[in-house]
Amino acid sequence: MLKRTLLAGLALSLTMVAGAYAADPVKIVYIGKNTGNPYFDSITGGFEDACKSLGCEFEFVAPATAEATSQIPFIEAQIQRGVNVIAIAPNSPDALNQVFDDARAKGILVLTVNGDITGNESHRDATILPTDFSKVGADQVEMVGSLIGYEGEIAILSATTEAPDQNKWIVGMNETLKSDPKYAKMTLVATVYGDDQPEKSTTEMEALLSNYPNLKGVIAPTTVGIAAAAQVVQSRGIADKVKVTGLGLPSEMRDFIKDGTVTAFQLWSPYNEGWLAAHFAVGVLGGTIKNEVGATFDVPNLGTKTIDPMNSINTQAGLTTFDAKNIDEFSF
Amino acid sequence: MSAIDNPTTASAREAAPPRPLWQVIVIRPETMTLVLLILALLGASLLSPYFLDVRYILDSFTLSAEFAMVALVLTMVIIAGEIDLSPAANMALSACLFAYAQQAGIPIPIAILIGLVAGLVMGAINGLMVIRLQIPSIIVTIGTLTLYRGIAQVIAGDKSIRVPDWFTGINNVLVAGLPVPVIIFVVMSVVLGLVLGTTIFGRQIYQIGTNEVAARHAGIRSQRIKMGLFLLMGLVSAVAGMITSSRLGSVRYDLGLGGELQMVLMAMLGGTYIFGGRGTILGTFLAAWLLVIVSTGMTVANVLPAVQLVVLGVLLVVSIIATNAIYSRTQR
Repeated sequence: MLKRTLLAGLALSLTMVAGAYAADPVKIVYIGKNTGNPYFDSITGGFEDACKSLGCEFEFVAPATAEATSQIPFIEAQIQRGVNVIAIAPNSPDALNQVFDDARAKGILVLTVNGDITGNESHRDATILPTDFSKVGADQVEMVGSLIGYEGEIAILSATTEAPDQNKWIVGMNETLKSDPKYAKMTLVATVYGDDQPEKSTTEMEALLSNYPNLKGVIAPTTVGIAAAAQVVQSRGIADKVKVTGLGLPSEMRDFIKDGTVTAFQLWSPYNEGWLAAHFAVGVLGGTIKNEVGATFDVPNLGTKTIDPMNSINTQAGLTTFDAKNIDEFSF
Repeated sequence: MSAIDNPTTASAREAAPPRPLWQVIVIRPETMTLVLLILALLGASLLSPYFLDVRYILDSFTLSAEFAMVALVLTMVIIAGEIDLSPAANMALSACLFAYAQQAGIPIPIAILIGLVAGLVMGAINGLMVIRLQIPSIIVTIGTLTLYRGIAQVIAGDKSIRVPDWFTGINNVLVAGLPVPVIIFVVMSVVLGLVLGTTIFGRQIYQIGTNEVAARHAGIRSQRIKMGLFLLMGLVSAVAGMITSSRLGSVRYDLGLGGELQMVLMAMLGGTYIFGGRGTILGTFLAAWLLVIVSTGMTVANVLPAVQLVVLGVLLVVSIIATNAIYSRTQR
């Protein structure tokens, strides 16, 4: 009896000691731009699957609206919860600087995933971008040009006015239109903002159609905007007069492609972004990846990635175009 | 002879006995707010182990402290029988003018003065329209809320205007372990509470709210007092706007968007009667803490924003029902 108790006690203490040596799992949180935005479900999927295979803990939170300061209470709550990694799709380039500094002072890795804080990059550790953002503007202008015969009026239906990723692409689009003679016969008549809300995006699209009766093309580089614009074109039956394109989710745009409302649109793989970000974060915290410009590292299924200037990592090289030929191949 | 000798006249026998003192003190809306506050503290601690950290709760309060300060003055306005829905837009416009001025090179003290004067002017516009033109204050302030926000957008555009680094971060400055905005709020509560509760000016505000015609006939200068309250609202909103700009490090036209709703919520939760004549600063003070604790408790437990809105809505409805029940039971 005594021997059995001693043996049990020894086993218990050995387990506790072994447990103390086992590392705590890395806690990652991804803060999206807002809730009710299906785009972030794909990125979350990538994070979750990566964490299942890597053994990290993952949670997704987001504010109700995508205003510039709406994410601040959420970031502070995550710092309070003691997460190790804050991954975030920022709603503002500069409003989050103070709270990012607070997080990094506590040793939390701050990654901007899916968009960067333009002009304030020193406040975050690295950025995971879906693709090379400097090419997105030009690619989207080429996309809409090819649909309208490279002449006519076009408009941009964007998300929120402060979103750093949107503004970077819009600048790229304007530069391409001004500098490339191929698009000399195309004029950009308006840039409107749908705030990533379906109702506002619909209203703005209807306003564009009323104000510019000769409008031939609309670029909506936001999944909420392009879905709303396509819906308006479909219900009005003007798919042959007004060409809608932009950045959209295959799952949301599939019906519009099948019935001809939208000919083609572009995107990348948000799932791969989440997958890459989780592997990068766990690697950096575990010491296997060095967060320096020029360093390379391997990610299962994605191959070798290089860290570009300003600690930026691109998930894929360029945009993927979706049209009737390949739309069924994608499940996100 | 017997009727004069006998002190128990018919009217004395039929008068109701006075309410016991404990009932007068305890059955008040402020007590209900206090009970809800204690319940919220218990609930939030049970919901998440990360909640019960005094420093974190105080830091979270600084995010709403600006609205809370204005809500104190708003309580006085509501007690006087009026309402002001424009303070959040006032905050934005004063802050935009202040930021624009200091960015244009004007020294900070003068820029601050410009912001304060702007706030006073906006309060004066509200007051003049309500008092001189006899338009109901709810209609006037809905109009000015849109007007001021629009002017702020014209001035600031869609960009954010930075403020100098040394001016940023007032919420990180600690005095006796408390963040400065919290101290300002507590001091304001004490001062305004004493003014409202003990001075003749305070009593006159209650009388105006109870029955304005009777108050005027009693010689109370209701127009002057109401004008003073609107001016005070304007001034405090301007101060709150500048404190917000220090906390965020930059100013945008949408500063404090939706804030008027939060301020009215704080006043209502504190037991202020919407038709005027009843309410206390203590109630609003407790309600501000209640709102912060409920929101923070849910955010740090990663509760969805949609659920948070439902909880806040239920809280408001319960509080309004209880406030009305208490006020209708007790004699006016």
